Amino acid sequence: MNNADTAIEFHDVGFTLPDGKTLLSNLNLRVQEGETLVLLGRSGSGKTTTMKLINRLIDPTAGEVRVEQKPTTDWDPIRLRRRIGYVIQEIGLFPHLTVEENIGVVPRLEGWAPERVRERARALLSLVGLDADRFAERFPRELSGGQRQRIGVARALAADPPIILLDEPFGALDPITRREIQREFKSLQRELKKTMIFVTHDIAEAFVLGTRIALLKDGQLVLLDVPAALLRSAHPEARAFAECFYDAQSTGSSG
Amino acid sequence: MSLAEFLSRNVGELVTLTLEHLFLVAVSTGIAILIGVPLGILLTRKPALSKPVLGFANIMQTVPSLALFGFLIPLNIYLFHVKILGGIGARTAIVALVLYALLPIIRNTFTGIRSVDPAIRDAGRGMGMTDRQLLFQVELPLALGVIIAGVRVATVICVGTATIAAAIDAGGLGRYIFRGLRANDNVLILAGAVPAALIAIAADLALGYFERTIQLGRRTRRSAKKIIIASVAVLCAIILIVYFVVGGSSGRIAVGSKDFTEQVILGEILAQTIENITRLQVTRRFDLGGNLAHEALVAGEIDTYVEYTGTALLAILKSQPITDPAEVLRRVKQDYAERFKVEWTEPLGFNNTFAVLVRGDDANKFNLKTISDAAKISPQWRAGFGQDFMSRADGFPGFARTYGFHFAEIREMDLSLTYRALAEKQVDLIAGNSTDGLISRYRLVQLEDDRHYFPPYDAVPVIRRVTLEQHPEIRAALRQLSGILSVAEMRKLNYAVDGEKRPAREVAREFLETKRILR
Repeated sequence: MNNADTAIEFHDVGFTLPDGKTLLSNLNLRVQEGETLVLLGRSGSGKTTTMKLINRLIDPTAGEVRVEQKPTTDWDPIRLRRRIGYVIQEIGLFPHLTVEENIGVVPRLEGWAPERVRERARALLSLVGLDADRFAERFPRELSGGQRQRIGVARALAADPPIILLDEPFGALDPITRREIQREFKSLQRELKKTMIFVTHDIAEAFVLGTRIALLKDGQLVLLDVPAALLRSAHPEARAFAECFYDAQSTGSSG
Repeated sequence: MSLAEFLSRNVGELVTLTLEHLFLVAVSTGIAILIGVPLGILLTRKPALSKPVLGFANIMQTVPSLALFGFLIPLNIYLFHVKILGGIGARTAIVALVLYALLPIIRNTFTGIRSVDPAIRDAGRGMGMTDRQLLFQVELPLALGVIIAGVRVATVICVGTATIAAAIDAGGLGRYIFRGLRANDNVLILAGAVPAALIAIAADLALGYFERTIQLGRRTRRSAKKIIIASVAVLCAIILIVYFVVGGSSGRIAVGSKDFTEQVILGEILAQTIENITRLQVTRRFDLGGNLAHEALVAGEIDTYVEYTGTALLAILKSQPITDPAEVLRRVKQDYAERFKVEWTEPLGFNNTFAVLVRGDDANKFNLKTISDAAKISPQWRAGFGQDFMSRADGFPGFARTYGFHFAEIREMDLSLTYRALAEKQVDLIAGNSTDGLISRYRLVQLEDDRHYFPPYDAVPVIRRVTLEQHPEIRAALRQLSGILSVAEMRKLNYAVDGEKRPAREVAREFLETKRILR
């Protein structure tokens, strides 16, 4: 691996709450430009904490997180966050803004001309497969879960950030819509070639979308490798997820 | 007279009072918004402050309004030579109303912002919004419905509380209510209360509609934003202009009065005498409740009003009761000069003390002349006394002890109702005011205080020394009023206003004309 291609780097990173509870310890990993790293783990394993360390919603209590070779603590948090797209579960859309206004939030913060913001929002709507004329003026509550999630992705892409963080973006969707969106997202990935960090607890999703998988357990990195390697690993946590994957496959084929 | 009849005859006055009322409410609510919303926002940023600030606002709401006025009037705070706090009139009323309106606005701003979904806040921060952008683009728009609900509560509180502003000469519909309470006139009370209630309902409906519109979002949102910005701008302008102008009547003589009929008539007598003899401009600041007339005099908000020697001695100087009239006058003269730089001029001539009253036919039948005469037959009698008489230092306990009264029954009721109760034979003896017009109307007889139990309540104009120094001609004018009013005459004047419903101004002018002070 070449340093110049490193988008994000964790160096001995730990995060401990003021009350002494450790959420993450001794984390070392590198994310290559253009790859999609999936953070996989159970609830409470430290996935979301890892994510928030990247866009400086929190600062590490030990070690250093580097984004584009620069420690996050040296970045102006506002500048840093505007270079990083952020998708969280559907609830993250602003309920008082229309679809078009939601997508245009970061471009507007960046001071784009209104006409340009509008065009960009419409272009992104088509990119995520929604008809701009039909959806631009709607409010989030008037959309289905899948539509909201597509808007969430479109919003993260709005200012064309080199890095995108996705925190269980498809978690609240029904299985069928979920498969659909994953497929669309996959092709979007190929088209855009962004660096993505994708948090999930669904191993099937991790397999479909991840270039590599980082498996976390109790705030520790258990495994960091290509998806196929996870199935071969002897680590008990990796085996647990692998079994889950096989179960889903067999029920899928028998059913 | 029915309510409809009264209102149709007094449309002009009703409109004026309603406008005054709306003005008080709009300015107070406006200031409360300008203070409360930023304060509520601050609390969300510094949650440690929320307990003391909300606690303070909570306490302010529980302070009785007259107590609050009493605290505010003596204040004398200037900003760039403009008085911003203290005194009587709209300024103080507005300050008090703002204090009452603050709590719901601060609390709703605070909880409205706090209840924005943390995930939405995280999304905003994660997208690179600064704290300011998060506040104005996400938190405030989402909390707006809750904030407006708070403004709605505050407005309704203000509409109700503003009726009390009449107690410190700030105008509004409370004038009718206070006048009605004084004269025991339900039509007058309703003439103030009904329009006030209608304003409250209208304000509640209008803001409720606004609140729903905002929550619905959609296209009305932008116009709502414009309406808010425009109304805030207009409010700021009105507040700035008006707040500093109100009560600015310098260079005139301000005559005050307490809040009962006799006082308003005496206020008119003082005002018209000064106007006609000295040719000075006079401002009338009547109907000041409780001891507010005294507070206003000491604070320099009014220059003169008529005080009673006994009230000054007991309620203001807090001395023990003294019964010798000359001694009481000497004491209050001396103490007022030293403590308040206020001068007592010459007595008007009548003594408005407690009058122990019985029906005329009873007085004849039992040959009653003095209170001692009545004490002998009191075990068969029922007495009716006002709450005030039952509790004050020169009231019932000492009275009963001095004369040895043992009544069959004592009924405690509103003072104004005791006269009718006596006339209708529900009670046999009452303690009224010696100048009350109802005494002659119901043919009641006042028994002589033969043991000199009651302190004298001689009516005397009091005036600030500074005013006399600047306008020595006022002293000569007031001297003309010396000894001019007997108890019987005062009763007649009171009855002309309370009983015959004639305006105090006219009654006072007629009286001064018959005394050849006005020509």
